Amino acid sequence: MADVTFTVDGRKLTAPAGTLLIEACRAHGIEIPAFCYYPGLSLQAACRMCVVRLEKVPKLQTACTTPVAEGMVVTTESPEIAQARKATIELLLGNHPLDCPVCDAGGECELQDMTFRYGAHESKFVEIKQHREEQQWSPVVFFDRPRCILCYRCVRVCGEGMDVWALGIQNRGAGSVIAPNKQDHLECEECGMCIDICPVGALTSGPYRYKTRPWEMSHVGTVCAHCGDGCKTTLGVRRANDGMEIVRGDNRDKSGINGDFLCIKGRYGFDFANREDRLTQPLIRQENGEFKAVSWFEAIEYAGKRLREIRDAKGGASIGVIGSNRTTNEEAYLLQKFARTVLGTNNVDHHRTADYPAFAAALNGKKEASLRDFNAAKAILLLGNDPTEQHPGLAWQIRTSVRLHGARLYAANHELIKLRRQATSFLHIREGDYAALIGYLAGDDKALESNGVARAFREAIRKEESLLIVFGAEFRGREIEALTKFGASLSNVKFACLGDYANSRGAADMGLYPDLLPGYVPVSAAVQLGEEYGALPARAGLDLVQMFDTAERGELAALYVVAANPVSRYGIDPASLRNTFVIAQDMFMTETARLANVILPAANLYEKSGTVTNTFGDLQLVKKAADRGGVRTDFELIVRLATAMGADVKKLVPFGKQGVRADFGQARGAQSGEADRHGVWLAAHHLEPKLSPFDPFAIFDEIQRLVPAYDVPRLDLLAGNDQHLHSGLVQIANAGARRDLVLPSNDTLFSSGTLGRYSRTLGSVMEARKPAETAAD
Amino acid sequence: MSTQPAFPNTIFSPALAARFDRLVTLYPVKRSAMVPMLLYAQDEVGYLSEAVIGEVAARLGVSELDVRNVISYYSLLRTKPVGKYHVQVCTNISCMLRGGNELLEHCRRKLNVENKGVTPDGVFSLEEVECIGACSWAPAVQVNYDFHENLTPSSMDKVLAEYRAKAQNGAK
Amino acid sequence: MATLTTHPDCVPLISYRFGKGATNIDKYLELDGYKSARKALEIGPEAIINEMKASNLRGRGGAGFPTGLKWSFVPKQSAKPKYVLVNGDESEPGTCKDRLIFEHDPHAVVEGVIIAALAIQAKMGFIYLRGEYRYLIEIMERAVADAYAKGFLGKKIFGSDFDLDVVVQTGAGAYEVGEESALMESLEGKRGVPRIRPPFPAVVGLYGGPTIINNAETIATVPHIFRIGAAEYAKLGTERNGGTRLFCLSGHLERPGVYELPMGYNLRKMIYEVGGGIPKGRKLKAVVPGGSSTPVLTADEIDIGMDFDQVGKAGSMLGSGGVVVLDETVCMVEFALRTMKFYQHESCGWCIPCREGTDWLKKSLTRLHAGGAVDKDIDDIRYLAENMLGRTFCPLGDAAAMPTIGFVKKFRKEFEDHLEGRGCPKHRAAEPEPALV
Ligand SMILES: Cc1cc2nc3c(=O)[nH]c(=O)nc-3n(C[C@H](O)[C@H](O)[C@H](O)COP(=O)(O)O)c2cc1C
Ligand code: SF4
Ligand code: FES
Repeated sequence: MADVTFTVDGRKLTAPAGTLLIEACRAHGIEIPAFCYYPGLSLQAACRMCVVRLEKVPKLQTACTTPVAEGMVVTTESPEIAQARKATIELLLGNHPLDCPVCDAGGECELQDMTFRYGAHESKFVEIKQHREEQQWSPVVFFDRPRCILCYRCVRVCGEGMDVWALGIQNRGAGSVIAPNKQDHLECEECGMCIDICPVGALTSGPYRYKTRPWEMSHVGTVCAHCGDGCKTTLGVRRANDGMEIVRGDNRDKSGINGDFLCIKGRYGFDFANREDRLTQPLIRQENGEFKAVSWFEAIEYAGKRLREIRDAKGGASIGVIGSNRTTNEEAYLLQKFARTVLGTNNVDHHRTADYPAFAAALNGKKEASLRDFNAAKAILLLGNDPTEQHPGLAWQIRTSVRLHGARLYAANHELIKLRRQATSFLHIREGDYAALIGYLAGDDKALESNGVARAFREAIRKEESLLIVFGAEFRGREIEALTKFGASLSNVKFACLGDYANSRGAADMGLYPDLLPGYVPVSAAVQLGEEYGALPARAGLDLVQMFDTAERGELAALYVVAANPVSRYGIDPASLRNTFVIAQDMFMTETARLANVILPAANLYEKSGTVTNTFGDLQLVKKAADRGGVRTDFELIVRLATAMGADVKKLVPFGKQGVRADFGQARGAQSGEADRHGVWLAAHHLEPKLSPFDPFAIFDEIQRLVPAYDVPRLDLLAGNDQHLHSGLVQIANAGARRDLVLPSNDTLFSSGTLGRYSRTLGSVMEARKPAETAAD
Repeated sequence: MSTQPAFPNTIFSPALAARFDRLVTLYPVKRSAMVPMLLYAQDEVGYLSEAVIGEVAARLGVSELDVRNVISYYSLLRTKPVGKYHVQVCTNISCMLRGGNELLEHCRRKLNVENKGVTPDGVFSLEEVECIGACSWAPAVQVNYDFHENLTPSSMDKVLAEYRAKAQNGAK
Repeated sequence: MATLTTHPDCVPLISYRFGKGATNIDKYLELDGYKSARKALEIGPEAIINEMKASNLRGRGGAGFPTGLKWSFVPKQSAKPKYVLVNGDESEPGTCKDRLIFEHDPHAVVEGVIIAALAIQAKMGFIYLRGEYRYLIEIMERAVADAYAKGFLGKKIFGSDFDLDVVVQTGAGAYEVGEESALMESLEGKRGVPRIRPPFPAVVGLYGGPTIINNAETIATVPHIFRIGAAEYAKLGTERNGGTRLFCLSGHLERPGVYELPMGYNLRKMIYEVGGGIPKGRKLKAVVPGGSSTPVLTADEIDIGMDFDQVGKAGSMLGSGGVVVLDETVCMVEFALRTMKFYQHESCGWCIPCREGTDWLKKSLTRLHAGGAVDKDIDDIRYLAENMLGRTFCPLGDAAAMPTIGFVKKFRKEFEDHLEGRGCPKHRAAEPEPALV
């Protein structure tokens, strides 16, 4: 819309016509207080805090509902307005408990802040306050009624934002109360958005409440360790006996690709990190089969020596390496480099959750959609997958763009997924019909049983002027190829391929494949990788399934498993590993670790720095937030193993070389804000701080150089901004012919592979949940 | 029009169910039938039981929470049973000026129940209510939906006696 | 059954058919029924609206907005269907007039809806009745059914090309639902919480379509305007206040009742002649002139004509026509408290000032009435009320604040008499806690 000019407090401002006054003012740094107004949610005008004076209008008006108009003259601060706001606060505080010192929101309470600002400190209220007992509505949601100021933010975010509609308002007048959908408890997605958005301490979080005062925490912005959406999360950490403990996750500052959204996993699922049963001492299996705790030196020397012996005796081809969906790009990269250059094997793989190589090949210059694109999309075609369960961040973005920007969602699925409620058109197909669907969309009328809905669906898609096509693991190899080809026949199309975990995409991009090197370079074309790698085994190695088959036959002499649990995931018979020397790097005594000869206690994604790539190809910085005594990062462990094997570490990790790199201090401790700033400054000035071989950023240069898509503006990345990869990445052809080993994990909102099993919060929610439909469904 | 009931397993009488089947068709939006539906359901069942809430939600295609949100807003709608004859005494200004409070007090003593209470035999319940639209004929009382106006304690006694008699006859 | 009371000064216009069996459609037709609708059909929308403007009819729901002007705000073209909505939620304490119309002349309401629908070309009308008026719901449903049977409603009404459906809708006990936008919410099956305005109902109303919403008396008056002609009608009242209205006289009067009197009728006469004066030879203390939300007038402020402008000038409002008369025995604190209890009970709870303000004021007034207050409390009561005024989401907050300010301002002495352990002079003997919570 056209811009209009108006005057606020004597300043001439401009904004597009129709912008709400409160937003227009905020955009110009004029803060108008509000409890009920929340950007993106429906308007309430209920709190009356945002009152302002408009010239020639008799009554004060609410800035949250007033659109700016040409020539409008506004006063946002005056004695009259201050008095109105003060009185409103006085009224609110009338029956409000003044127990800020023991309130969970103390220090982060909007009511507290407003009271301070408008000086409503002297209470006229002398009546008896109405007390009500606090209620627990779910494992994670508590409600303290007297503290509620009825801003209805929770009701709206749950209904409009989440499409869950689990909160309502009951009674009227002073008896009005927020009520959960099951009378005395909630049945919902447990996302905690209601808690997060509550301006006071009325809704509090089970896992966080009464643990700490907000100012006792440090806040570290990093990336969620769970699904492939890669939501930014700000972790509140505080000192604990054996390190730094995570007490809270949120994204209140909307600084990430997810706005202020987090699902239950992002918000509460960090608690696996705090478990007391974490592995914190290296273990070596003894003759009698028992594990014995040993020193780090002993464990690494022992593992390194055995690996070297096996390599030297039986050759690299007798060793397998399994990487992870949840380690950083640097770690994944280093792991495959270690396998290929130190162990001398191409037997590298990981649990594949999407066919990224096929996708990369099929893209071939076509555009890939960032998660951000979904927020402002005009039209989206969703094929397969159930984002509500598997990609909550994406589901949130889709709902948002449908609701706020009128985006059209076309969804085809074999299940009646919940997002169909946002869909302009929903096509229910049979499970095996995805390939046929593409054929049909592409114009083959016989491919699918055609009906009115299908025809209209196809027509509508073809009419779209721009389209985001997003597909799940139902699509592999040739289907992906066909889909991208169909997409190319439309205009302005971008694609997204959905994989499951925090760095599934990174694991693929970094070459955790037996046949592909970083950047999907076929092993046969290894020359392209250049000097860092030297001579490499030219034949493709064993894939994950083959490794276990080989072990079964007694022909896999050693297996190095980093942050993965293939034994459980692939249902491996433990006996098949009896003749294999197994090194497991993990946080917990998993089914795989239990079979290991050496166990190395590892740090998790919240305890390290580096980068991860979400399934949309958005590269983000991971910062060390928590810390646990007795664990080491996978990066460090790989380097140490290499050292113990006598490898040339300078070749493996090019630290101290030419180029711009920086140690962000992250390797040294959680409280690294200062070191961090130094690092950014140094990098900005092309200065090279001293590097250690344990610093993952030492290898980031190499990644940026060798994996072309990763050549993003570094400073921006380091400043915490997500960078969308511009793929020019693909170096393989006919990916459709590769062996399909994709195993979708089918996680739900409340599960997250092996890692999720170690989250008490997720466990408690699943327990409390009876098999029933979601609210309003 | 088809005579097939829209809701085969209804908990309501056939007449009321048929009325509801039609009610939802009257409006541009089904949900509009919510308030009347609840009121009529209450008239038949006596109060808005879990079963009523469930069926109304299903008939209107909304969640039970939605129905509860609405019920709790309106003072005529209730989720607990009241007496067979619900005596609603207005004490709002016009009635107050002409003895509404005294009338309420009188009923309280006469029926021996507190405000919002039900007599042990379940025949009467008492409630102090806001203006019922009988200001010019104050003080006024509504028993269920019947208006009784220009009351005095003694004419109130007569009114109560009539209902008691009705209850006894009905019980036989 | 409620009946109209008459007095020689009464002008039976709206009440023309009261007591004559006009609930029966044939009787109604005999008494000039549905002639106005036919006339309206003939003259067309523009002429209807002009006629309405000329009548000087102002809304009888409370605010007194000129009806013809309101109708003219409805856009001629609209992508969404338009609606006519009759507000028969009548819940303002002191008001019991719409009830008489529904009871005695239901077809006048139906006919009014037809004319309004013709004026804005709406295809659907709703008549919303408060749930307590159960017996009226049946009368209205009968009337609507009869009108359908005669072809006055439904497809091609009166043989024209115009279709019109009318639905009778019930409320379920909520004063706030009388507020026009809350009424629309209620009609859409939701909690009766008002809507943000603008947009106003004339542009975005029921189901998002342009809607005219009028009080039942306003609508029932419309056919009478067409029956006698707008000019004749306007002449019955005063300048810019056309016609007659039903005044509900209640409280301390010899002859309380609902009377139809011309607009501008003198208040003193209304009390002493029409209403028969104060019983038991007592003196007049105060009058609430237009329903409980209008500020009180003292005994020396009653020499005014009862129309919107004159009562407004006297510092109060004509409101819904509920004239509540208070004699000298009334305790103004008790009266203020009872008024506030009502608003506390009826506040929808949406916005802070009203929700918290009414609750707080009720508590303070309760304490004051019981003798537990100090001087400062009286100032605080006024402070709170003044800080609610004009700050709430809908006018209910004002409706609670305005009378309170009036009571404190005009009867402060009486408030002071209640201070410090003294309590209500009238209730010095221990009185039980007010029951309504
Ligand atoms: C709190 C509140 C309650 C109201 N209650 C009623 C009511 O019961 N009946 C009514 O006709 N108007 C009521 N009104 C006025 C309506 O909002 C609206 O102005 C009226 O129905 C318009 O009709 P009119 O122009 O014919 O007066 C109320 C207004 C408010 C603010
Ligand atoms: S003033 Fe506010 S709380 Fe009161 S009835 Fe209106 S919207 Fe509801
Ligand atoms: S923000 Fe405008 S009223 Fe609450």
